[in-house]
Amino acid sequence: MKLTVWTYEGPPHVGAMRVATGMTGLHYVLHAPQGDTYADLLFTMIERRNHRPPVTYTTFQARDLGSDTANLFKTSLQDAYARFQPEALIVGASCTAELIQDDPGGMAETMDIPVPVIPLELPSYQRKENFGADETFFQIVRTLAKPVARTARISCNLIGPTALGFRHRDDITEITALLSDMGVSVNVVAPMTARPSDIARMGAAHFNVLMYPETAETAARWMARELDQPYTTIVPIGVGATRDFVAEVAGITGVTPYLDDSRLRLPWYSKSVDSTYLTGKRVFLFGDGTHVAAAARIARDEMGFEVVGMGCYNREMARPIRALAKDYGVAATITDDYLEVERVIEALQPEMILGTQMERHIGKRLGIPCAVISAPVHVQDFPARYSPQMGIEGANVIFDTWVHPLVMGLEEHLLHMFRDDFEFHDAAGPSHHGGHAPRPGAAAGPAPQAAPSPRDISEPEKTGADIIWLADAERELKKIPFFVRGKARRNTETFASERGVARISVETLYEAKAHYAR
Amino acid sequence: MTELPRLPTSGGCRDEPILKQRGQREVFCGLTGIIWLHRKMQDAFFLVVGSRTCAHLLQSAAGVMIFAEPRFGTAILEETDLAGLADAQSELDKVVDQLLARRTDIKQLFLVGSCPSEVIKLDLSRAAERMTERYAPSVRVLNFSGSGIETTFTQGEDACLASMVPVLPKTDERQLMLVGALPDVVEEQAISLLADMGIGPIRVLPAPRSDTGLGIGDKTMFALTQPFLGDTHAALERRGARHLPAPFPFGEEGTTAWLRTIADEFGVDDATFERVTAAPRARARKAITQASDALRGKSIFFFPDSQLEIPLARFLTRECGMEAIEVGAPFIHKGIVGPDLDMLAQGPTLSEGQDVDLQLDRCRDARPDLTVCGLGLANPLEAEGLATKWAIELVFTPVHFYEQAGDLAGLFSRPVRRAELLDLEVTA
Ligand code: SF4
Ligand code: SF4
Repeated sequence: MKLTVWTYEGPPHVGAMRVATGMTGLHYVLHAPQGDTYADLLFTMIERRNHRPPVTYTTFQARDLGSDTANLFKTSLQDAYARFQPEALIVGASCTAELIQDDPGGMAETMDIPVPVIPLELPSYQRKENFGADETFFQIVRTLAKPVARTARISCNLIGPTALGFRHRDDITEITALLSDMGVSVNVVAPMTARPSDIARMGAAHFNVLMYPETAETAARWMARELDQPYTTIVPIGVGATRDFVAEVAGITGVTPYLDDSRLRLPWYSKSVDSTYLTGKRVFLFGDGTHVAAAARIARDEMGFEVVGMGCYNREMARPIRALAKDYGVAATITDDYLEVERVIEALQPEMILGTQMERHIGKRLGIPCAVISAPVHVQDFPARYSPQMGIEGANVIFDTWVHPLVMGLEEHLLHMFRDDFEFHDAAGPSHHGGHAPRPGAAAGPAPQAAPSPRDISEPEKTGADIIWLADAERELKKIPFFVRGKARRNTETFASERGVARISVETLYEAKAHYAR
Repeated sequence: MTELPRLPTSGGCRDEPILKQRGQREVFCGLTGIIWLHRKMQDAFFLVVGSRTCAHLLQSAAGVMIFAEPRFGTAILEETDLAGLADAQSELDKVVDQLLARRTDIKQLFLVGSCPSEVIKLDLSRAAERMTERYAPSVRVLNFSGSGIETTFTQGEDACLASMVPVLPKTDERQLMLVGALPDVVEEQAISLLADMGIGPIRVLPAPRSDTGLGIGDKTMFALTQPFLGDTHAALERRGARHLPAPFPFGEEGTTAWLRTIADEFGVDDATFERVTAAPRARARKAITQASDALRGKSIFFFPDSQLEIPLARFLTRECGMEAIEVGAPFIHKGIVGPDLDMLAQGPTLSEGQDVDLQLDRCRDARPDLTVCGLGLANPLEAEGLATKWAIELVFTPVHFYEQAGDLAGLFSRPVRRAELLDLEVTA
């Protein structure tokens, strides 16, 4: 039994739903109690889909247990087939149905459903959402994809995009264009956009582009083995990775490498003088393994940040992320425990977090800016505008997204210069963000209720408890702009305690500043 | 003189046939109630004993809306727990020890059952008894079920409140108990209206903290503020308390009738009632008139969700001029919504439970001007050109009593106005 407050991944059947909802002409019959229908809202609200996920839930109740849950499943399957007329069905159990052991797959087999019915075994008490998506896609491919003649032109399948994926919609567009520039056409995009009949013709492609290993690696391996299709291993997120990806595709296909970088702006934006303030910003990375690995390279090599820590929540990626962390000389945080991630961030005190929706909230609480680089994400990360993560435009989008939460270069200097200015009070965030929190106590109505910090349920932390700030020093500290004040306070306290100084004066403050200057 | 609500001449809906279909239900389970209950009971922690699905439901249904450190969590069952039951009990002890050691602010702990815990027959009442002994007197441990095989959405609150009733101390004081978790602002309004009539003492279940000395006995009269509290109603009666059945306090009419029922029980004279209610009633009427402009003559279709459907249909048809096509509710408890059914004119289809696909067919055929439904259905229906109102907002937002009557109408009129407002065509 494990105490959990927030989770990075849902149960595995939600992964299966991401596959089913991304596809058309496929229907999922899920043996599950009524409350599990909440999962529909992930797609209809968070992703703003305009149709219901193609899922029929059996919604068995307590009174059905032991009597006819099995029949209920059969009726649901029969009705779903009759109503939706899918080209193929997937069937499976949610966590509760797994316990009553009705065996949806076995039951389906005994029924005369005239289209393929693919049974899913997704162990709910061991595995999670990404596994569910990966396994479901694999089972669909394994059942439906057959060896077929290759297309005359060099073509590939784009595999991995699912419903509810982070920017999958736009990554498909970007990568399709990039490949087309090289003269490579796209045969099938799957699971998102594909029908079961499209899966059947995946074998016509010359190779697979594995866009998201989290959701399609097992299928990629199977197709490499059974359909003789090599797959790409580089995920084209970031400038360097995109160039490497182009080279990899050229290697696989023998076409000439080509990348139209006329619209690429990240390198210049990183170089331009305003970006000086980005230099050495200490960033912490967390998310799914693929996006974290890509972000690490961008952060260090393309933005000039200092990576102070990284980690992922999907254990499947533990090994590569550990190795990468070692490369970067930092510790790897491999955990799906949100509170642990928060503890790590609190200890590292980065100047920016590149994370998920969860880290955005951690950042809010700790006063650290955060940009989102990975699922899980919320409704604001499904923007109306085109905003891929992959390829050339992806790099531009990433530059903008990461810089957005930060105070801009010149603004940082102005804040220093006018630090006593009344408008530069602590609660005023960067000037390009609307709706700043009202200054506490200002006449702008009741202050938002402070959320009790999650530290409540962790061990009390002791920092600088026996160090005293003299009044002068405390006043001086207040003059330091709010976004660096936390760091200044900590640095000064560390500096003082290392030297056995118990009372911090203005002097100590500036000695510490000089000491940490870089 | 306050006139009592006139009943529809055609007859009310109390004895109308009810359509019952059995198919896929598209509703939350009772765990969802934790989202508002934990804000209401400030020293309580809700520990769901369940699966990753349960944790994900809580997070998806609300997590991001109230991303403060929540006083709820899920003890996720793992393979090892499923193997042997003795194990699960001691594992649970460990989790609770850990939790209470870290959070000394917790005075009440609710162990909340889920589908998995119920299917493996994990006895949470035994666990709660054991833990109550262990942690007495500083923490009281109770249990209830929020599972999807036993409860639908708001029934989770019902199960929670019902679990508290047996452990309330006995009191012989004549008192009024208001039952249902309401936003503080609304609760205060109700109390002040009643107190101004000279009624008291007034107690509230759930109390904001466990140490308020809330008691119960033969001389307790109780009024429900929410229509989904069937089990709590039964539990209170078992403790000797007496129910004051009334229409629910939505809108001017519902609020007046609800107050009137209580006032009569406590012997409040007409002049006093009039003095206290006249001004807020006038305000409510005015606000409703303004806010319901867009609703007059429009049709409405309710998918089952919170059990608020019948009282709301009564409000919308009588005070906002809407026409109800179908009023679906997960359960229809006539002992509780009877007075609202009496006031609801015959005409709409009443349905209980659901087969969502068939109900969607009916809804598409009827093409109502407004559809009240859950979050899973709202955008798909909007995409088909049907304006929708998410039902969940009705349990999160202050909508009861006079001062919120206009807001309540506004919740329904906004999507209708919005549908009329948006114009993306060429103007030339
Ligand atoms: S329906 Fe059951 S399994 Fe699903 S979230 Fe609710 S309690 Fe958990
Ligand atoms: S928090 Fe806001 S944006 Fe997120 S699901 Fe709820 S209503 Fe939508």
